[in-house]
Amino acid sequence: MTLNQLKPSFKEQPVPIHFPHWRGRMYAILGLLVAFGAIVVFTTAVGSVQIPFSTICHVLFSKLPLVEATPTWPGIVETIILEVRLPRVILAGLVGGALALAGATYQGLFRNPLADPYLIGVAQGASLGAVVGFLLPSTWHGMGFGIIPVLAFIGALVSTTIVYSLARVGKTLPVTTLILAGVALGALLASIVSYLIISSGEKMHGIIFWLMGSFSLSQWSEVGVVLPYMVVGVVVILLYARSLNVMQLDEEQAQQLGVNVEKLKLVLLAAATLITAAAVSFVGTIGFVGIIIPHAVRMIWGPDHRFLLPLSLLSGAIFLILTDVIARTILAPTEIPIGVITAIVGAPFFLYLLRRRKRVLF
Amino acid sequence: MIKIEMQNVCLGYGRKVVLNDMTFQVMPGEMVGLIGPNGCGKSTIIKALSRVISPHSGKIFLDGKDISRIPRRDLARLLGVVPQVPLLPSTFTAFEIVLMGRNPHLGLFQYEGPEELAITWQAMERTATQPLAERRVGELSGGEVQCIIIARALAQETKAILLDEPTANLDIGRQVEILDLIKGLCRESNLTVLAALHDLNLASQYCDRLVLINKGRIHAEGTPREVIITQNIKEVYGTDGCVYTHPINGLPTVLLRSGNGKPAQTGDGVEGGVG
Repeated sequence: MTLNQLKPSFKEQPVPIHFPHWRGRMYAILGLLVAFGAIVVFTTAVGSVQIPFSTICHVLFSKLPLVEATPTWPGIVETIILEVRLPRVILAGLVGGALALAGATYQGLFRNPLADPYLIGVAQGASLGAVVGFLLPSTWHGMGFGIIPVLAFIGALVSTTIVYSLARVGKTLPVTTLILAGVALGALLASIVSYLIISSGEKMHGIIFWLMGSFSLSQWSEVGVVLPYMVVGVVVILLYARSLNVMQLDEEQAQQLGVNVEKLKLVLLAAATLITAAAVSFVGTIGFVGIIIPHAVRMIWGPDHRFLLPLSLLSGAIFLILTDVIARTILAPTEIPIGVITAIVGAPFFLYLLRRRKRVLF
Repeated sequence: MIKIEMQNVCLGYGRKVVLNDMTFQVMPGEMVGLIGPNGCGKSTIIKALSRVISPHSGKIFLDGKDISRIPRRDLARLLGVVPQVPLLPSTFTAFEIVLMGRNPHLGLFQYEGPEELAITWQAMERTATQPLAERRVGELSGGEVQCIIIARALAQETKAILLDEPTANLDIGRQVEILDLIKGLCRESNLTVLAALHDLNLASQYCDRLVLINKGRIHAEGTPREVIITQNIKEVYGTDGCVYTHPINGLPTVLLRSGNGKPAQTGDGVEGGVG
């Protein structure tokens, strides 16, 4: 009576469970994809110059390949849509998706619900890099999109590399050591940042605005820089979704189920850090998205990473696009830093979910 | 259907040596029990065999191959492990946990298809855990979790299984059910089984051979009749366990009596104290 002999009876007795759950979650992914597309179009219509929805559709449609359309709208409208609003919406989507996905990855990898993309020093490193960039003489700022994103990116990667090498014990990387090293180095860098801000004089406003995050200067060139990191990071992380599920057991059981735990940690840390660093370099260290979106997704669709990761990616993108619309319209023409809005909008929604589901969450 | 072999293996954590110079084999299709007092290193052996820790010295072979050279995924297709008191993520369902047993069979670009689901469902049927499939594991009892983990090891479809106290949380009905199942697999599919067991009577009933470990060494090795004898029990456990013969199958059976713990003097229960 081996398993093999019994297999035929299975065909007659189909698995009565789980397909429905999976189907529901697949529909959720598809639904969010559609919603993402609709929201991109819709939010492009919102702004100081009201552009009719139909015009947005026409302009976007005319840019598709193989479509011949004669412009019936003023050129300035096309410029606003394609050069001002669309890159901003897309960049917000990329950054939101990156932060939420990285947050879900860190939470899964560390088996810790409090983990967020900034846990092991990315944010503090990026902040220090950016602040140094602000304080450099302005002659340095000439190149391309400026020295600040470059320094922020380098700062993020350098600080996580330091945390990583500090936490390494022999050939292994104990997760608790990594978190503690990240928190300690983060505190050190944050205090340096604080000191630099206080002594920065008239540049203080710009620095604080950057730290709280803003999409106000978004351009296609920035999208072009962030996108490759995103694509690589997202593909790598999604491929390891099943391994991340097995990691939820514990490292010993994961090894016994064939997961190369140390390699998994290295690959996922690198991928998640890279997309986080790329995201924050341009728009500042936006909080809240990376920790809350994965939890909200987990509450609604369950802890299975094969669904949790793509759903977090899409939900994070949608969330940050909508938040950015609020940030740029609610007190227009003044813009509110998006880092302020994420929590003001997101926290009540999250608390509502928390009250609705009275079950163990993690 | 594969042979497990330890050759002069020394095991420990950091500098502390727990086991010295272990040499033993488990032949294909054989069910071997590891017995010994608390902390004697039964779990350590299982960790070493599944390459969670590496030996200080000596070599471990699986099917004649040095396990330190077998990639982890290949190893997990040969050797399944049922850990003692496993930590499980409480929000996953029992089905999702058992499905993780299929992990070593799937590559980076594959996902669980109908066949994977069917094998998982089958493994749950054999362990009578199908009714638990949709329940979150955080809501299950210790015994139910144990059965889920055994189902996971079955779903893994390995050629050998290591069990660390597989019956620790089970009632006597489930103990017999689960060990019958494993023994059955051992007999019919030639599964190689190594089980760390606390219960000497279960060990005696089910195992073809026993390895009795004490103070970092193999104290005795052989059939249950050779290993479970009054002298060994007294030397290793320090208690006057009385070894009787099972009335039905004639296998050695240990019966305990209160007051027979240390100091073991005359066998007069009252004087012996509670120890």
